[in-house]
Amino acid sequence: MAIDRAQVRHVARLARLALSPEEEERFAAQLGHVLEYIERLQAVDVSGVEPLGFAGDAAARAPLREDEPRPGLAREQALAQAPRQDGQAFVVPRIIE
Amino acid sequence: MSVADFEPVIGLEVHAQLLTRSKIFCGCSTRFGAAPNTQVCPVCLGLPGALPALNKAAVEMAIKAGKAFGCRIAERSIWARKNYFYPDLPKGYQISQYELPICSGGAVPVPGLRKVGLTRIHLEEDAGKNVHAGEGSEVDLNRSGVPLIEIVGEPELRSAEEASEYLKALRLTLLYLGINDGNLEEGSFRCDANVSVRRKGAQALGTRVELKNINSFRFVRQAIEHEIARQVEVLEGGGKVAQETRLFDSAQGVTRSMRSKEEANDYRYFPEPDLQPLLVSREWAESVRVPRLPQEVMDDLVAAGVPAADARTLVNDPRLVEVHRRVGGDPKRAALFVVGEFSRALNEKEADLAALKFDPALVREVWRLQDSSAISSTAAREVLAELIRTGEAPEAIVERKGLAQVSDAGALEAVVDAVIARNPAEVARYKGGKANLLGFFVGQAMKELKGKGNPGALNALFRKKLG
Amino acid sequence: MTADLLPLSRLSSALLSREVSPEALLEASLARIRALDGKLHAFLRLSEEEARAAARASGQRHARGQALGPLDGVPVALKDIFCTAGVETTAGSKILRGYVPPYDATVVRKLKEAGGVIVGKLNMDEFAMGSSTENSAFGPTMNPWDLSRTPGGSSGGSAAAVAARMVPGAFGTDTGGSIRQPAALVGCAGLKPTYGRVSRFGVIAFASSLDQVGPFAQDVRGVALLLSAVAGYDENDQTSSTRPVPDYAAALDQGVRGLRIGVPREYFGEGLSPEVEKAVRTGIEKLRGQGCEVKEISLPNSPHAIATYYIVATAEASSNLARYDGVRYGHRARAGQLLEMYERTRAEGFGAEVKRRIMLGTYALSAGYYDAYYLRAQKVRTLIRRDFERAFESVDAVLSPTSPTTAFRLGEKMDDPLAMYLSDVYTVPANLAGLPGISVPCGFDPGGLPIGLQLIGKPFDEETLLRLARAAEPAEHPLPPLLQGRAP
Repeated sequence: MAIDRAQVRHVARLARLALSPEEEERFAAQLGHVLEYIERLQAVDVSGVEPLGFAGDAAARAPLREDEPRPGLAREQALAQAPRQDGQAFVVPRIIE
Repeated sequence: MSVADFEPVIGLEVHAQLLTRSKIFCGCSTRFGAAPNTQVCPVCLGLPGALPALNKAAVEMAIKAGKAFGCRIAERSIWARKNYFYPDLPKGYQISQYELPICSGGAVPVPGLRKVGLTRIHLEEDAGKNVHAGEGSEVDLNRSGVPLIEIVGEPELRSAEEASEYLKALRLTLLYLGINDGNLEEGSFRCDANVSVRRKGAQALGTRVELKNINSFRFVRQAIEHEIARQVEVLEGGGKVAQETRLFDSAQGVTRSMRSKEEANDYRYFPEPDLQPLLVSREWAESVRVPRLPQEVMDDLVAAGVPAADARTLVNDPRLVEVHRRVGGDPKRAALFVVGEFSRALNEKEADLAALKFDPALVREVWRLQDSSAISSTAAREVLAELIRTGEAPEAIVERKGLAQVSDAGALEAVVDAVIARNPAEVARYKGGKANLLGFFVGQAMKELKGKGNPGALNALFRKKLG
Repeated sequence: MTADLLPLSRLSSALLSREVSPEALLEASLARIRALDGKLHAFLRLSEEEARAAARASGQRHARGQALGPLDGVPVALKDIFCTAGVETTAGSKILRGYVPPYDATVVRKLKEAGGVIVGKLNMDEFAMGSSTENSAFGPTMNPWDLSRTPGGSSGGSAAAVAARMVPGAFGTDTGGSIRQPAALVGCAGLKPTYGRVSRFGVIAFASSLDQVGPFAQDVRGVALLLSAVAGYDENDQTSSTRPVPDYAAALDQGVRGLRIGVPREYFGEGLSPEVEKAVRTGIEKLRGQGCEVKEISLPNSPHAIATYYIVATAEASSNLARYDGVRYGHRARAGQLLEMYERTRAEGFGAEVKRRIMLGTYALSAGYYDAYYLRAQKVRTLIRRDFERAFESVDAVLSPTSPTTAFRLGEKMDDPLAMYLSDVYTVPANLAGLPGISVPCGFDPGGLPIGLQLIGKPFDEETLLRLARAAEPAEHPLPPLLQGRAP
């Protein structure tokens, strides 16, 4: 189950990961190796089998939240970890549209 | 070939913010207009380790919408992650619904048109706001996590006019349900249009273009009309319509292509593992109360004898309907009050629908005073105006302004006799055939009564005494 | 033996009977950390000031006879995956270097409410992706039994800290074996509870439908005490169960007569080291000797577990890690425009294994591949779950080796990601099925390296699991050579 460099590049773009050509090559090989292993699943008979929907306790479900507003974080706290902010908002470089 | 040879096919997608008090997956307030990034928490900021906690009220509002439009309400629906990167999307995915939405089917009754089919309604969270500022953008996450319902209409609309009417009807119903404030300009009610054209008589659909950034009703028609014309022109020129998203440029009145991305967005939808499947039991769905909807109110008013035009005025604003309901009594008379006295007061800024200063039920008090001849109809209008303006009790207004009408037979008779006695010449002319002198006599009596005489009673008394 | 070398439950008793003070315990813990962590690198950072304040407060409570419970005054440490308010939390990644959460994970809050003295944050594979702690952006942790070997992962720091007696108890997370496997490799007890038993709020997510928080301690009773402190419904985590939490330590010594153990034939085949098999079979006999019925069972879909796991876990991870984009926190690369910023930030901030898994997961969800990969894997997952359901109709617990080998050398598996993935072969099924699983020490290999056996229980039946583990655990907990010569 080979995965070529073009596919790796496509997936990396979807995942917003910049890869060097060397990484593209290396990951293509490593991912290809893993995908080969994963191919075995194609042989499993899954006819009539439902995908596992919810992993939690179906017998003792959490209730839904009541619609009560609650104080959150102060703005300074929210912005404190931001790599760039202007006291009011997070600042990011422009989007090239 | 011309535009007439083509048939437009239009379907609208509406995103409506729900009027819950807190966000869909966290307890932050949804109040509009707060300073940037002051209504945020680890969940709606997408901090590491945060998890969504579904707000019950958001689900109830979606159920309300589903019931109002006659949708099938799914007993089990699934949350899904829609994955993409954008600064206003803190988790890098939006929690929405994909394969199994909470509502499917249904229709929007459009007055004067027909029922326009819905495909589905689903719940999702809103993104924050990205505002271009100088060299970059500023990101405000107050809006991130506000609950939305997305209402997808079937592509059954055939003109910009129909689309506009459909949108109005849909919006009005959401107002009646109390789940959305219908504000296109502020963005709490958003509309995207999917527009394609095909040759008249053709079965296959043409290529669909999505129009965004339509933020007023006027633009809905403009944008769609322009897009239809554009597509027809392309096809007539032998070209192909590109499947794309276009933004409406309201300044120029045209639609522009959003710069096409390197590849179409692959949202990689998958079921949201952090949330349970949404279970809506039949009991829960049945227990959700749906108020009277526009068509029902319209029908009731017309049946009560309210002229159709007045009824339409009322129905188009649920707040007016509410005032009408609170006035109570005879629905026709109440309707005339609302479109008459009350609307006049609104126009003259003597009243504010958002903050009534009076109890509408007191209008019936004024009617009672008028019907019992305690006040004249002129006086009644004055009392109503004052009531609307100040909320003062009608009887108190009548007292304070001395508007009580004299109807007591004895008092009136005394005055009638006095006027007759004082005006022998006119009495003679009246008896000689000048019937219109009745007005003069009544006028004299009114002067003496300082305008508070019951004109009808005076009229009758003079007639009786003068023969 | 000095108090600080006692297993957690004995230490807890010593605190309650006031034989030892919380302050003294903390100082002993800090002293051992100073003495050993240069070699082990279990800790990423210490919270000395906060810990001293907590120990002092605990001491005052004990003096007033108002101890909060069995954990009041007990030093504990946390995998750096738990958000601790005001204390840097990195998930073992450069992309979160310097990140200080503004809130405590629910588990952290509960530990504080129980009087636990949080000593510091422990090393881990980056974003919990790994089985050796070699994927940490801040350097690996060593195995206290042999400094040239790994302690396993991804909660390697937690396991090493407990095994080296730096703290009597620690918390980690387990997505594919990340508590059980390191516990086995360092010779202590480690439990992954049933999915939904413990809140995930404030636990940096790797794979949402698989992650669970769990305790490490030298002794099973210690594990039970730690679990009791953190288990239970949390309104912030709607995947948490509302089922009541029993007193896990209460029934521990009830014995195991009559309990039925299933030994899956698929888990004793190729790849299992003979020394590990030998020790595990000895463990089986030990349980049989205490009255357990033992029978062979079959979990026929076991061979598909690793493949299933590496699709589902990576798919969820690819989405969970999208938030690390440099916009609101964490590392941000220099860039003139947004796309560049995203791509460089994540390229600079994530290590190779994380990148691989993000790409694998993205691929498995991408258009055209979703049905063949993600959807299919979730169906096979149902089959794996059904295997266990069927088994539990006739047994109370499933027993197997925890890890196919003992601790491997640093660097040994780093060239072949798939080889590393295969070390999870016995642990991954319990995560896929949402079942509780525990590893307890059951011997050593000829080289002196610890071996662990695994017990997997019915959903929310941690009580039976702990009872069996208690019966299986060794009577003595020998000290690693690193500590010998220091113990009186």
